[in-house]
Order: sequence, then C-alpha cells, then structure tokens
Amino acid sequence: MGTNNGHHDIKIDLRVEGVTVAYNNGHVALRDATFSLAPGTICGLVGVNGSGKSTLFKAIMGFVRPVRGSVSIGGLSVREAHRRNLVAYVPQSEEVDWAFPVSVWDVVLMGRYGYMNMMRIARRADREIAMASLERVGMAEFRSRQIGELSGGQKKRVFLARALAQQGRIVLLDEPFTGVDVRTEAAIVDLLRELRAQGHIVFVSTHDLGSVPEFCDQVVIINRTVLAAGPMETTFTEQNLARAFGGALRNLRFDHTDVPGVLSNELRVLTDDEAALVFDESGRPARQMMSPDADATGAAEPADAAESQP
Amino acid sequence: MIETLLTPLHYEYMVKAILVSGFIGGVCALLSCYVTLKGWSLMGDALSHAIVPGVVLAYFAGLPFAAGAFFSGLLAAGTMGFIKSRTRIREDAVIGIVFTTFFAAGLLLISLYPSNISLKTIVLGNILGIANRDIIQSLVISGVTLVVLAVKWKDLLLFVFDPAQARAVGLNTSLLHLMLLTLLAATAVAALQAVGACLVVAMLVTPGATAYLLTDRFGRMMGLAAAMGVTTSVLGAYASYFLDGSTGGCIVVLQTALFLAALFFAPVHGVLAGRWKARTSGQSGTSSQPGDELSAGAEAL
Repeated sequence: MGTNNGHHDIKIDLRVEGVTVAYNNGHVALRDATFSLAPGTICGLVGVNGSGKSTLFKAIMGFVRPVRGSVSIGGLSVREAHRRNLVAYVPQSEEVDWAFPVSVWDVVLMGRYGYMNMMRIARRADREIAMASLERVGMAEFRSRQIGELSGGQKKRVFLARALAQQGRIVLLDEPFTGVDVRTEAAIVDLLRELRAQGHIVFVSTHDLGSVPEFCDQVVIINRTVLAAGPMETTFTEQNLARAFGGALRNLRFDHTDVPGVLSNELRVLTDDEAALVFDESGRPARQMMSPDADATGAAEPADAAESQP
Repeated sequence: MIETLLTPLHYEYMVKAILVSGFIGGVCALLSCYVTLKGWSLMGDALSHAIVPGVVLAYFAGLPFAAGAFFSGLLAAGTMGFIKSRTRIREDAVIGIVFTTFFAAGLLLISLYPSNISLKTIVLGNILGIANRDIIQSLVISGVTLVVLAVKWKDLLLFVFDPAQARAVGLNTSLLHLMLLTLLAATAVAALQAVGACLVVAMLVTPGATAYLLTDRFGRMMGLAAAMGVTTSVLGAYASYFLDGSTGGCIVVLQTALFLAALFFAPVHGVLAGRWKARTSGQSGTSSQPGDELSAGAEAL
C-alpha cells in the first residue's frame, strides 16, 4: 500500500556491465556490452538491424538472461526493478496486435497493474493517474475507442500514456517515430524532454539517425557490442557511426563551393535511407537541418540541393 | 408434444450429460478467448491429442486420468518448446511432429494392452456413458480452471496482448505462459470426456472465434463465448438423444452454425458488413477490408 505515488523523487541509474547474450541456438547476439546512464537523460540507441538493439532491450526487460555480465537498475536486479514498476516500455508499432479487443482506456490501465491488487481492480487513484496520462498526450477523448481505430500517431501516444501511467523511472522506447506524423513526433520529443527534466532516463532505440542529435543528449552506438557510449558531442561522430554502420550507410559528400577538396566546404550526409544525418563544416552533426515542416521529403532535400549546384 | 420434448430429462444419464457438457462447454469457451487471441489453436489441438497416452497410462495404473493427461500434456508442450528453441524447424512442423508422436504412442498402448478403456471413448468421447468418478474429475478440473480465470483473467489478458508490458509491471511471464498451457491441458482433459480428442479443439477455439467477430471488448467477448459454449453444449447433448447420434458431433455442429452466422452477419466484422461498408464508402478504394477477407478466405481454401 501507499505505493500509488510511484517513485517521483528517487534517482535511478541504469548500469549494463559486461553483458553477453547468447541464444539457445548458439548465436551470440551481444558480447561484453558495457555502459551506464545517469538520471535525467535522453539516450539514443543506434545500430544496424541485427546489431543487438532489440537484444539489449530484451535484456533490460528480463526476456533474455545474460550468460555473462549484469544489468542493474538503481542497484536492483532487473526482476526486482520490474516488481517496483521502475521500467516502462513503449513497444514498436509492428509488435502490437491492433485488432486485439481492448480499448484505449484498457491499455492505459495496464500501466497501473503493478500498483493494483491481485485481481487488478483499478482504484480511484489508478483511474485518476490513467486519465491524467491520457490528457497529457491529448488522447482523453479517444479513451473508449478500440485501439485499431486510431491513426499511427494516436496509437503511439496511447502507449506513451501507458508508460506515463506506470510512472517508471526508466522509459524504453522502441522506434517511437516510425509511422508517426511530424506533429506527433514533435509532441513526443517535447514529452521526452519533460521526462528528462523530471529526472527520468529515456532510452530510445531508433533507425532515425537524423533525429538523434535533435533530442538526445547521450548516445549508445552498438554493433554486437557497445562500440561507443557517451555524450552526443563526443560520441555521435562520423567516425563512430562509420564503424557501427560500415557499408549499411550511404555516405554522400556535397561540395557547395567552387573550391573543391577543401574540407570545410564539404557537407557530408550519412543516411540509412530513412532520415538523413547531416554534418556541418566543423564535423559535428547539424542540429536544425530537420525542420518540423520537412517531414517525409526531408531525406530527399540534400539531393535536391546537390542538383541545384552550378 | 411437450411430453416428447421432456423425455430426455427423465433419464438420469441424459440429465447428467446435459449438465456436465454445459459446464465443461462454458469453461472451454472462456479459455477459447485466450486461445484465439494468442494464436494457440494449433497448440490446443496438439495438446488435446498429446494427452491421450497419459490418459491410457493413468487408466492402467489406476490413477485419476487427469493426472496422467496433465503430465503427458505438459511433457508434450515442453518437448515442443525444447525443439523450437534449439533448432531452426518452424513451430507448425514442431507441433505436427510432437502431437502425432504422442497420439500414436497412445493408440499403440491401447492396442497392445487391451483393457476396459476403448479407443472409441478417447477419440470420440462418451458423455452418455460417463462414470460418476469421471464426472467428478471433469467438474473439479473445470471448477479449478474457472476459479483461476476469475482471479487471473486480467494478468493472462495482458500476457497475451503484450508480454513485455506484463514483465514491466512485475508479472512473471514464464509462470503465466505455464499457467495458460496448464489450463489448456486441463480443460482438454475435461472436454475429452464430452466430445473426444478429435473435437476438443473445436470447444477450445470456436466460441472464442465467434465472439471475436461480434465485439471489440474482451469482457463482452468472454461473456458471449461462455453463453455460446454453455448453450451449444446443453442443446447438443439434448439433441443427440433425439438424433441418436454422437453428442460431440451435435455440440460442435451447433458451435459451427453459430460461427457461420457470425461470420456472415456480424454487425461490424462480418463478411456482409464489410461488403456494405465498401459499397457505402463509395468508389474511393480506401476500404480494403472485404478484399482482405475474401483473399484470406481464398487462401484458407
């Protein structure tokens, strides 16, 4: 009892130490992965398909047990952390069965199960928190809809509301921007920043390289192990990304002056064919290249720019 | 006329058969909601066949048949899990291999060591000739299942819908997985008495699938499925007296009739509703619903 207020004031860190995950068929998906995240951060998790991003999430969710190493959450084991509702999870849209016979309200209340009794009967506090969470993502009026009757952005917001209702200190998001319109993307980013300001750890797995410098302050770059982890400025470099992505990325170089070969004139674009990551002349990722209006055509823009060169 | 309709109720064995079928049918129907949503229909079919060697061995040993069924059902589920996680063979092939192996072992045991248990009883059920001892077993199994569902229905629902969230709120998903498998094996044992190993899967799938066509709310789905399960089982057992036919056959045919009615006439998810929606939404081509259903139907054929 008395756990209804969640863990608002507790500072919880996430430590992944020497984690090696091997599946039963002998495949080693992750080897000796080490990094840690302090409270009050938005961290991006990037890497090619099959680099172990989802394995790392599974290890934090306790679905796979590392053969070596450990994951600790605020000094607790994964199991214990989940019992205390410290970790909230927002699934990838493809993983959800949208035809499932549950309403928006049912889904958000699922975030409160850990606080309810054995029969999972919602108390008044649970309903109030669920309602407040729905209002915070602007989905309160849709609460009696079946989840399949929503747009891509609305679907994502419902699951964010569930994570908010759970009041976890660590929020894992798997590809939060796929299938989401630009306005919702901006709203999600605002929400993540609020969570960071409240001392949460927001850990986002994403393909969307271009958006990473936009909202993350930390990054973990993986390819079967942690290649680099740390603050954006020093970690999210072309060099580290090239090591992680190798041939999986398009590396476009545009020289926009008539003095070719001078490095500072070059605009380099790294893209895995989703959102482009653009480096400015100092070699740092350009932060404001992706304006909210650019949306789907954003990736095509540098190519257009290249064509317009004299 | 009325006199004729009431004749089955003059026989104790008919009254027993009707009541026991109704109870088992209702419990199976509740579980069928989880089975259809989890995509475990094939698993249900597999378990209902895999329990046969356990039933036979339990009879030989003089143990309650539920114990044997239960043990061999879980052994089969464990075997499937083991093969699936350690090889690259797809799940449907693993299920196919394991359940036929278990069923074959059961058939072999019966044929090699003839006893008072007949092959026909196991394969087709024999609710009209059910012994009191077996009635008690079936009722106990169904009753325990009902209690577990009453307490854990929301946890199981979350496990089926989103196992990762179930973990995140501190639920033990391995335990819930085992719980659902156990309930499935247990109700398969109970339903074996009523309709036989071949038709158990109908009791564990059809009511849930029918209800799923009729509603978008899980609570209502459970209610509808249970109502249909009880009604079809009671009516099926009752009708079998007049038809002098197989009780299991009657129950399952009635369930299929309801399913067909829902398939075509369900207000939102039925075939006709889909057609109507496509027609009224104009020629914009935005609604691909009926096309999807038709092509899915064609694929199934």
